[in-house]
Amino acid sequence: MKVDPKQIEEACKELYIRALKMLPPDIKEGFRQLDSRESDATGKAILGTMIRNITVAEDTNNLLCQDTGIPIYNVTIGSNIDVDGYALKQAIVKGCERATKEHPLRSSVVHPTTRKNEHTSCGRQVPVINIDFVPESDMLAIEMIPKGSGSENNSWLKMAIPAEGIDAIKTFVIDCVLEAGGKSCPPVIVGVGVGGTADLCVHLSKVAATRPLGSHCADPEGAKLEEELSKVVNQLGVGAQGLGGDSTAFAVHVETAATHITMNPVAVNMQCHSARRARATFTPKGVGYGY
Amino acid sequence: MAHYEFDMPVTEEQVRKLRINDTVTLNQTLYGIRDATQIHMFDHGRKTRFDLKGHAVIHTAPNVKWVGETQAHPSGYAPICIGTTTSARMERFTRPLMEQYGVRIIIGKGGLFAASAKAFSDLGGVYLAIIGGTAALETTWIEQIEEVDLDDLNPESLWKFRIKGFGPLLVAMDSHGGSLYTAVNASAKDKRAGVLAALGVKSGT
Repeated sequence: MKVDPKQIEEACKELYIRALKMLPPDIKEGFRQLDSRESDATGKAILGTMIRNITVAEDTNNLLCQDTGIPIYNVTIGSNIDVDGYALKQAIVKGCERATKEHPLRSSVVHPTTRKNEHTSCGRQVPVINIDFVPESDMLAIEMIPKGSGSENNSWLKMAIPAEGIDAIKTFVIDCVLEAGGKSCPPVIVGVGVGGTADLCVHLSKVAATRPLGSHCADPEGAKLEEELSKVVNQLGVGAQGLGGDSTAFAVHVETAATHITMNPVAVNMQCHSARRARATFTPKGVGYGY
Repeated sequence: MAHYEFDMPVTEEQVRKLRINDTVTLNQTLYGIRDATQIHMFDHGRKTRFDLKGHAVIHTAPNVKWVGETQAHPSGYAPICIGTTTSARMERFTRPLMEQYGVRIIIGKGGLFAASAKAFSDLGGVYLAIIGGTAALETTWIEQIEEVDLDDLNPESLWKFRIKGFGPLLVAMDSHGGSLYTAVNASAKDKRAGVLAALGVKSGT
């Protein structure tokens, strides 16, 4: 199947706006579950306001949060897809820029040292584009994630050593949740990367933080670790917005990669309660939108 | 736990009455301020023409649309989505905002720290917690963007909003040394050892 870059540009524009306005159903379900278990009066009131905000955004066709984030586009290309890779990347940038100008959206992207804002949500290396491939498929999928800064500013990497074992990983995750407190806009999804190189480890923590609630790590060891951590994280009592209660996190997600014999890296990346994402899927039937 | 309705600006006496866990709803005027705004005001020596005395500032950089100056939009900007950012990055600006401009109320999310708590005690100010990430709702409390200053920093300009029923907001830090964040953080740190034990982490790690 051939995919036209013009279609990709349109979809990438649409995806940015959709992601900012509609929260995925798994996150809404996560709110329902936290709300049903919350025992603290302040926590309960805060969750109630967050849930109300989701409805207000839908009713007023407005953005859920003012933070339009750093735009991230994750592209998955099936092996039966015929697309010009360079044109694809250009189309993503163009779509992102058009969403910003045409809606309009606040451009949250600046040059790192001059702090100059081009008002396009784009800049050097931004939007972030990740490309992966799947076998024997007639499908091209683009996932868009506007990553808010409140949570992104709460990111950490520790190059632990093998002698510190898995205890170092668990301790680091708990200490990061404590360090983040209310700054990461909890309830959060705690994304944990385990293994790999330093950069891969941090990337995995982002993949983990932006995975749908209810999904599990494909590595059984990672799945076991995320289940253990998810069970205890809310006992810390940081709570929604860091103001106490049982709703510190929707879940802890873990992603793993093989690492070096001398290394034991762990990274944490937080996703805020406005855990936004949108997906466009190109198939021979046309373009479909979802989460 | 009392609820207060404030028509901005307010006096030191009004602010001193507030205690943590009280709630406040604001009316009339609110100023939007952010990282770059304050870096330029306090590090680069720029001044604003706005009189912030007795006023509230909110940590924000809004989504706006330029529509041209009209009666409905005197600043030329129509609000699209206005929400609140994490306050922690702006900790060092609390005291100069209060000392040099007479600001009485800071609205933000995630809380501020010891230096701000000291400024609130010394000078008579409070921190009101708004719920981060609920900008669609917050936008419904804003009637108009009346004026804008330092607009070369857009979206981190200094915004003057006309507000109605802005709240209820939670008094999370008061002028008597009270801070909900300090209490929650201390309690969470106390629970750390128990949580690590539940994870089977050997002590001393």
